[in-house]
Amino acid sequence: MAAIDVSGLEREYRGGLKAVDGIDLQVQAGEVYGFLGPNGAGKTTTVRMLVTLLRPTGGRATVAGFDVATEPQKVRRKIGVALQEAALDQLMTGRELMELQATLHGIPTREVAGRAQDLIGRVGLADAQERRVGTYSGGMRRRLDLAMALIHAPEVLFLDEPTTGLDPTSRATLWEEVRRLKNDGTTVFLTTQYLEEADQLADRVGIISAGKIVAEGTPTALKAEVGLPHLDLSFDGDADLARAREVLAPLGEVRDVTPPGADVSLGVREGSSAIARVVRALDDAGLTVGRVELVEPTLDDVFAARTGSHLEGAGEAGAAA
Amino acid sequence: MHELAFSARVVWALALRSLRGALRRPQFLAPLVIFPSMFLAVNVGGLTRTTALPGFPVVDGFLDFQLAGALTQSLLLGGVATGIATALEIEGGFFDRLVASPIPRTTIVLGRLLATGVTAAGQVTYFLLVGFLFGASVKGGVPGVLVVYLIGIVAGVGFGAIGQAIALRAKSASSVQGIFPLVLVVLFASSAFFPRNLLSSPVDTVAKYNPLSYVADGMRHPIIDGVGATSLLEGVGSALLVVLVAGAIALLALRGRLREA
Repeated sequence: MAAIDVSGLEREYRGGLKAVDGIDLQVQAGEVYGFLGPNGAGKTTTVRMLVTLLRPTGGRATVAGFDVATEPQKVRRKIGVALQEAALDQLMTGRELMELQATLHGIPTREVAGRAQDLIGRVGLADAQERRVGTYSGGMRRRLDLAMALIHAPEVLFLDEPTTGLDPTSRATLWEEVRRLKNDGTTVFLTTQYLEEADQLADRVGIISAGKIVAEGTPTALKAEVGLPHLDLSFDGDADLARAREVLAPLGEVRDVTPPGADVSLGVREGSSAIARVVRALDDAGLTVGRVELVEPTLDDVFAARTGSHLEGAGEAGAAA
Repeated sequence: MHELAFSARVVWALALRSLRGALRRPQFLAPLVIFPSMFLAVNVGGLTRTTALPGFPVVDGFLDFQLAGALTQSLLLGGVATGIATALEIEGGFFDRLVASPIPRTTIVLGRLLATGVTAAGQVTYFLLVGFLFGASVKGGVPGVLVVYLIGIVAGVGFGAIGQAIALRAKSASSVQGIFPLVLVVLFASSAFFPRNLLSSPVDTVAKYNPLSYVADGMRHPIIDGVGATSLLEGVGSALLVVLVAGAIALLALRGRLREA
């Protein structure tokens, strides 16, 4: 049974705007599913329906085997939720909020303090737990939010843009925690507008645009759909480019168009592992390679291929590393 | 039974959170007593001779009479503060956290109302102490004090429910804050500050049907006269009426809000 099973899910607002327009998706237990799309694509609306905060106006969705529309209370017992804006009471301390969250999930009183301590330590907030949340940095709040979402060991965890606006260090810390959750077997539904985040963390990615899923699959398969990785090569001195193309032809797909700053562009199916072979062949032919750059298709290329436009977070992908 | 125990635990936890928040945000709590205290001081300082008016109840001092008015005003402000806190919770997203939790929906309203009740007890204590400090006395003795507490707490919860209902409909703190002038109008159209028989038409007619009159008189009677069955029943009855009507409206507003989602 799928941990999340969505069929024809719709959300139409007054005035006829369809924020989510008949999406279908399945997330298997233990899988990290990346839900990628630009602002306003329908990511948050979808999450809000799946976590029972918003009623679907069409279609059906089950989470952990329970229908979000007809069995919302059962769904709530099975899920952990960290929404886009870490909704934390700034007047409470980290420990108080953890303990409140434990109470809201019916954890026995004798276990509350222990569980809170474990998770606060796990997200690196042990030293800050007696401070009011209002004094926390953005990264600390997100980590606390994540810890709160995990207090009842949920079967399915929803993370709505968990790293938006975070500095690279905080982002890396959260990524690490998501990887740990995956290793522990937790199903994670992660929305993001960062390509690299989806690429790094997700087993499978669904790309949403204007309320519809426009592509779905593993990051590798999706990227393979839009083209081969390629090596952009430039040579020292006045190299014979015609000779270079001749040498490279059996090694891959020599491209007609070469990007600025390079002399030859070569499509190579095997990606980075082709570099040594290509450089050696050119060297044997007396051509000295000055610079070689591997360029791989990104999920933004997938998005662009399917929608004709680019993702807003595409430019920030590198910053997320 | 298990579900009931869970609900009780959640209500207590949410009330505790609300109380902590109130204590840690003195700028919200202080106006509940400071503004009515200043009003009380001005009234008592400048209008003492009112007690000589024909038809004015026999009192030891004007402060004794005005205490219930100040207390009613304070409790009403407590209701506004409850509404603002609820609206801020909605604006800040914490309300969504509660809704996404597997708790009975009513506990969201009841938790904050329990905190409002505890705050109301604190407000009663404050005004009784101020009264005693400046020479007032409670004619009804200890039973009289208990009646003031009873009516004060129940009315405080009722006013809190009104604030919550408005917040759940309006969803914004500034909208709830906007009812403040209306609160004053409703308060002055009651017998909170002057005996109903001394009010002119049409305010005396409005005051006759204004539950605040009975809440204020219910708390006033044990202070200036002693515990009497009629004023006790009218005071407790009207306070309970406010709780039931406003509580039902707040729960309906919650339901409406969740249905809208």
